[in-house]
Amino acid sequence: MFIKNYIKEVFGAVKSLWTGMRMTGYYFTHKKEVITEQYPDNRATLQLAERFRGEVVMPHDENNQHACTGCSACEIACPNATIKIINKFDILPDGKKKKAIDKFVYHLELCTMCGLCVEACPTSAIKMANTFEHSVYDRRQLTKTLNQPGSKIREGVE
Amino acid sequence: MISLEKIATLIDGWLHQHFNDVITLLIECVLVGVGAIALFALLGLGLVWMERKVAALMQIRMGPNRVGPKGIFQTSADTLKLIMKEGLTPDGADKLLFNLAPVLVIIVAMLILAPIAFAKNFQIWDINIGVLYVSAVSSMSVIGILMAGWSSGNKYALLGAMRSGAQIVSYELSAGISVLTIVVLTGSLQISEIVQSQQTGWWIFKGHIPAIIAFVIFIIAATAETNRAPFDLAEAESELTAGFHTEYSGMKFALFFLAEYINIFIVCAIGATLFLGGWMPLHIGNVQAFNHAMDYIPSSIWFLGKTLFLIFVIMWFRWTFPRLRVDQLLNLEWKYLLPISLVNLLVMTVIAILGWHL
Repeated sequence: MFIKNYIKEVFGAVKSLWTGMRMTGYYFTHKKEVITEQYPDNRATLQLAERFRGEVVMPHDENNQHACTGCSACEIACPNATIKIINKFDILPDGKKKKAIDKFVYHLELCTMCGLCVEACPTSAIKMANTFEHSVYDRRQLTKTLNQPGSKIREGVE
Repeated sequence: MISLEKIATLIDGWLHQHFNDVITLLIECVLVGVGAIALFALLGLGLVWMERKVAALMQIRMGPNRVGPKGIFQTSADTLKLIMKEGLTPDGADKLLFNLAPVLVIIVAMLILAPIAFAKNFQIWDINIGVLYVSAVSSMSVIGILMAGWSSGNKYALLGAMRSGAQIVSYELSAGISVLTIVVLTGSLQISEIVQSQQTGWWIFKGHIPAIIAFVIFIIAATAETNRAPFDLAEAESELTAGFHTEYSGMKFALFFLAEYINIFIVCAIGATLFLGGWMPLHIGNVQAFNHAMDYIPSSIWFLGKTLFLIFVIMWFRWTFPRLRVDQLLNLEWKYLLPISLVNLLVMTVIAILGWHL
C-alpha cells in the first residue's frame, strides 16, 4: 500500500511538472504570444483597451455643445477634489435665470483616475479618455478647463 | 577541415621546434590558463544573455533588445557597470575570508574544467579518474559559499550559506550515484574512455530505462548543486535578500554570479559527456549515409550543442517550477531521489552483469 502511494506520488509529480513545462515550452516556441508593447516605437499603432482610464474629458459635438448641466454631482463624487465647477446664470429670453457652467475645472495632477465622476454624472457629460502622455514641464498646465470657450449645453439634455 | 585537435597539435609542434621541453610546457600552461579565462568570460556573458532571453520568452516578454542586435551586448554593458562599482568590504566582516571566498569559488570552477573533453582528442588533462575528480572537486565550491556566508557577518548570508551547505551535501549523493550508474556500464572513470564507449550509441539510448531515470535524477541534482531555482534556497531573495552574497558588491559579486553560470556549464558538460555521448556524433545503427552526414559536423559543435541543450533544460526548469521550501527540498532528496537512484543503480548493475545493454 505504501509502495503504491509512493509510486503514485512520483508519477503524479512528474506529470504535473511536465504540464508546467509544456506551457512554458509553448510560450518559448511561439513568439507571437509576446504581449510586450514596444512603446514608444509603436506609438502610431498603439492599441489601448477601451476601459483604460487616462484622463477625464468632456465630449463636445459639432455645434460646440456639451451635456453638462452644472449639477456638481461629479464634484461631490470626487474623493480628492479634482473637479471644481464654477456656475453662472444665463438670462433666458423670458427673463428667467438658468444655471449653466462657466468653467469645468479639472486638476489632472490631483486625479487618481478612479472614474467615480463619470459614474456619478446623470447626463453622461464627461467620460474617461485613454490618452496617457500627460508629462509637462509646468504643473499649471495640468489644470484644465474641460468645457470649450463659447460652448453651450445641448438642447433637451435636462 | 580545421578542428580544435589540429590547432592544438600545430601550436604544440611549433613550440617544440622553437623552445625546449620545460619552456614549452610552461608556455602551454599559460595558454591553457588564458584560454580557460577567455572561455569563462565568454560563457558568463553568453549564458546570462541566454538566460534573460529564455526567461523573457517563457514569461511572454521580449527580454533585452536595446544594446546591440537582439540585446547581445546587454551583459557586456552590465559587466562594465559592475567593474566600475565599488567593491565594498563591510566593517564587521572577516576581511581575508570575505575577499578570498569569490576567488575560491571561481578557482574551483576552473579546476573542474580540466578533465572535460571539449572535442575529439581535445582535453586539458585526461586523468584516469576523471569522473571521480570532477565529483570530488565540485563539492569544494560549497566551502567557498560557506566562507562567503560566514565571513560576511550577516545573518542572512550565514543562513543562506548554511542552507546551501545542507543542499549541496545532500544532492551530491544522488548526483554521484547517477554518475556511478554510467560508470557501471563503461567500467572506466576516464572521460575519454566514457566518450569512446558511446561510439555505437549514447548511453541514454543504450542503457534502457535505468539510464533515463539516472539522467533525470542527474539533471535534478545538478540543478540543486548549482543553487538554481527551484532549489535556490541559498539565495532566496524573498526571505534572505540575496543569501550568501548579500554583502558583496561590484566585481566580487560579479565573480559569484559568473561562478554560478560556469558551474551550470560544467555540470551540463558532465551530463552531456556521460549520458549524451560528449563530442560523439549521433549515429543510428547501420544507416551509413546518415552516420557519415553526422560525422561531418565537427565534434566541438556536437559537444557544445549537447551542453547548450542541457543548459536550456535547466533554464526551462528555473522559469517553470515554483520554489521548494527547505524541508521539501530535503524530503525530495532523502525520500525520493536517493532511494530511487539506489534501486536504479542496482537494476543497472544487473543489466551490466547480464550484458543486456546494447
